[in-house]
Amino acid sequence: MQRALRGMPMSKYSSQEMVLNMGPQHPSTHGVLRFVLQTDGEMMVKAVPDVGFLHRGIEKIAERVPWQAFMPYTDRIDYVASVNCNLGYAAAVERLAGIAVPEKAEYLRVIAAELSRIGSHFIGFGALLLDLGAVTPFVHALRERETFNDLMEMLCGARLTHNYVRIGGVSHDLPPGFREKCLGFVDHLEHEFLEEFNDLISFNTILINRLANVGVIDPETANKYTLTGPNLRGSGVPFDLRRDEPYSVYDRFRFDIPVGTGKFGVPGDCYDRYWVRILEVTESCRIIRQALEQMPGDGGIRTSLPRPFTVPAGEIYVRTESPRGELGYYLISDGGKNPFRVKVRTGSFSAMTIVETISQGVMVADLVAIIGSLDVVAPEIDR
Amino acid sequence: MDQAKLSEMLRQRLSDAVVSVEDMKNDDTLVVVDKDSLVSVAEFLKNDRDLGFTTLMNHLGVDYRDRMAVIYNLYSARLRKKVTIKAYLDREKPEAPTLEPLFPGVSWYERETYDLFGIRFIGHGNLKRLLLPEDWEGFPLRKDYVYPESYNGIETKRSDLLDAAGAAGDAHV
Repeated sequence: MQRALRGMPMSKYSSQEMVLNMGPQHPSTHGVLRFVLQTDGEMMVKAVPDVGFLHRGIEKIAERVPWQAFMPYTDRIDYVASVNCNLGYAAAVERLAGIAVPEKAEYLRVIAAELSRIGSHFIGFGALLLDLGAVTPFVHALRERETFNDLMEMLCGARLTHNYVRIGGVSHDLPPGFREKCLGFVDHLEHEFLEEFNDLISFNTILINRLANVGVIDPETANKYTLTGPNLRGSGVPFDLRRDEPYSVYDRFRFDIPVGTGKFGVPGDCYDRYWVRILEVTESCRIIRQALEQMPGDGGIRTSLPRPFTVPAGEIYVRTESPRGELGYYLISDGGKNPFRVKVRTGSFSAMTIVETISQGVMVADLVAIIGSLDVVAPEIDR
Repeated sequence: MDQAKLSEMLRQRLSDAVVSVEDMKNDDTLVVVDKDSLVSVAEFLKNDRDLGFTTLMNHLGVDYRDRMAVIYNLYSARLRKKVTIKAYLDREKPEAPTLEPLFPGVSWYERETYDLFGIRFIGHGNLKRLLLPEDWEGFPLRKDYVYPESYNGIETKRSDLLDAAGAAGDAHV
């Protein structure tokens, strides 16, 4: 449909173009984020994102605090999935400094990170549905996220910015009762919740019509614009860093990598990106179950670091799979107590670069679907 | 292909164009190039049939105090290998050629680097500030950056909250 509209003779149907402002405060922009829309009636000529409202200079802060003290700031890069941001930073520092992590701590990290991924995907597709006008499913997703919040509170005391991972380990061991509650949660998700949720909304005709065939991204374009994570997999590319470049103990688990197949439209449309996230919740449940089973019963949860803690001079780029795609840390150390340079590469930032391209010739209402399906989080773009 | 083999091959194939090829931590290969051959080396890595470094993972700028640098992280899904290209720039006049024609997705990354380091990318289609306001002065991630006292009449510093509380408490007594 998009292509047909783009090829339409503008002289016959076009009226005067109008410039509209969407945001910075707009319910469907997922944070403080502005779009400058050039529209011709309901048709969009172009949507230009304007970012930076949440720029806090996290990379500059990193140069002014000791290596360990940067960990709480990584929570704020992506507050919807803070454990994954912690994990990426810890993995990068550990590899640069050559620190060994106790086996049990690696399992605890995987459990927390996968729980985080589930919680993040609830916000991801829940908010997409909310943007499209379906309020009830969002509440259902948040109800389940509440259990995730409770679990994380049991584990480390925090409900949003967890700061759970430490350089060389994690902050807390599993509390009593966590294992049972966690297993109950993943069973509930796999066997009850997702089924109910799909009946409620995923196979709803209105939703399918809003998402299928909209905002199609083919694999070449996705790669050209550095899309990663569920957005790339939604285009049908089976690439997942947990399998293709394993970190932590991810190479010990069996899980599948869902990809977009054009379930109700063409591969790479908004529905595929939505559906991939639904399927990934199941895969995360599988990983959590295996991790709880395989986790060694005893052993330390943290390596003690030398004091003062310094990292040998050098450079490293380490990337991990966050719920929003590749989360990479490029670290430069000059041998001192503070990092010399920290660059955070986030999935939302690269997802935003494609909006200008794929928004050409779509309806204004479809832009909301496109932004929602890319699952961007504004603080992750701006850092 | 293992890492040693890849770096040996790059050394042979790129002999004149690069300054050095070194192994880097985390199964990475660091290719240091002169900024004039940045585009040709990136083009070779991307288009060579045996290599196929078609994915741009990351781009960043660095201020090493005595000089600046631009760094590009490339990935080859075919070889499952990473390559880091680095070009040092003159600190007085930091300019580098853009890689936008090769990797369209790098556009925003280079804008960010321009925004925070003041590195100009020659040939970039839309080199404007990305994160900071357009009337911001200076480039914050440079090591010699001095924080402004105010921005458009808004003070950027505030007094210590504990001091203020203490003063208020004294006044109350």
